[in-house]
Amino acid sequence: MIVSGNGIAKNDGKPTSTRFKSFFSFLVTFVLMFLTWIVLSGKFDPLLLWLGGISSFFVAYYFYDLLFPVMESGYGKVFFRFIGYMPWLIWEIIKANFHLLYLAFHPRMKELIDPHIITFKTNLKSDIAITTLANSITLTPGTITVTADSDGVFRVHAIDRESADALPGTMLKKVAKVFGEEI
Amino acid sequence: MDILVILFLVTGLFFFLGGAVGIIRMPDFYSRLHPAGKLDTLGIFAMVTGLAIYNLHHFSFDALLLSAKMFLIVFFVFLSSPTATHSIVDAGMRAGLRHWTKKKRKG
Amino acid sequence: MTTFFLSVALGLCFLMLFSLYRALFGPTVLDRLIGVNAIGSKTVILLLLIGFLYERVDMFVDIALAYAFLNFVTVLAASRYFHKRKGLYEESFMD
Repeated sequence: MIVSGNGIAKNDGKPTSTRFKSFFSFLVTFVLMFLTWIVLSGKFDPLLLWLGGISSFFVAYYFYDLLFPVMESGYGKVFFRFIGYMPWLIWEIIKANFHLLYLAFHPRMKELIDPHIITFKTNLKSDIAITTLANSITLTPGTITVTADSDGVFRVHAIDRESADALPGTMLKKVAKVFGEEI
Repeated sequence: MDILVILFLVTGLFFFLGGAVGIIRMPDFYSRLHPAGKLDTLGIFAMVTGLAIYNLHHFSFDALLLSAKMFLIVFFVFLSSPTATHSIVDAGMRAGLRHWTKKKRKG
Repeated sequence: MTTFFLSVALGLCFLMLFSLYRALFGPTVLDRLIGVNAIGSKTVILLLLIGFLYERVDMFVDIALAYAFLNFVTVLAASRYFHKRKGLYEESFMD
């Protein structure tokens, strides 16, 4: 585990704030794992609840920095903004799906589609923002992310001009707003 | 209530039909991925929503838990489908497969 | 409602034949992979429908969940395995 240089070093070498953050992320992981256990098992015997609690404790203890690696102060804000981002994304997916459905049933489809690869560069820094943008692009039909590297360079395969033209605009702005980064 | 269920199921079936026809008709495999990856995802979403509503007919806590489990499937598919699509595209890219364009068809 | 579920399940089976065509006659290996993936995502819904028909949804929903996981792992592993094979796709533009 990487210990940040600033902050007052305790006896075991970990600053208090880092320790608190890692405990918080441990707690969130534990609650998430336990909820998943309850939904998957569906029974409320004391024995099964104990088994679930113990196993989610071990999973959360060893892998807490896998799911929520950085617990910055504004993490809850990002989460709620992400929830607000979801309905727009789902509406966009449905809208673009009907476009793709129209393409698939069109009798002269090969004249309508025009597959090509476009490249554009963004200024997104954090990995999770880049991953979210890449997955959003892939989920929106008509465009598939081919490569997305950590510098923010995206290569996207688009199926026709219309879905290619709409690309780096609104979605990038929304994702950048969710994760609090400038474009 | 039954009408809503039937509506959702028929919508999902229609999306699946579009995906299947798209997989058959598209010219190369990059463009085949578009209907395969996305229309199927939305088809699963619509059909599972319909089935979960039907499951809540006789309302009880167990039925609610069961519907939550069904939406866990949808959540997982929404998470895994872009990853699977991306891995297939990556495999094609590394193998050096070129994509179909209009000019190639003319020439 | 049972009749309707049965007809939806039959329709899904019919759609699987389309994807099976792509899985059998696809020009490249990755085309077959797309066909297999499409069949798998239809199978998840089919398992849920079978659960409703037999009135054992509580059991079949677990099977459907496991099948969704398995489908994802299959596609991921197969595409990782095949991406090293250069020259496998020479005849991809036959038409």
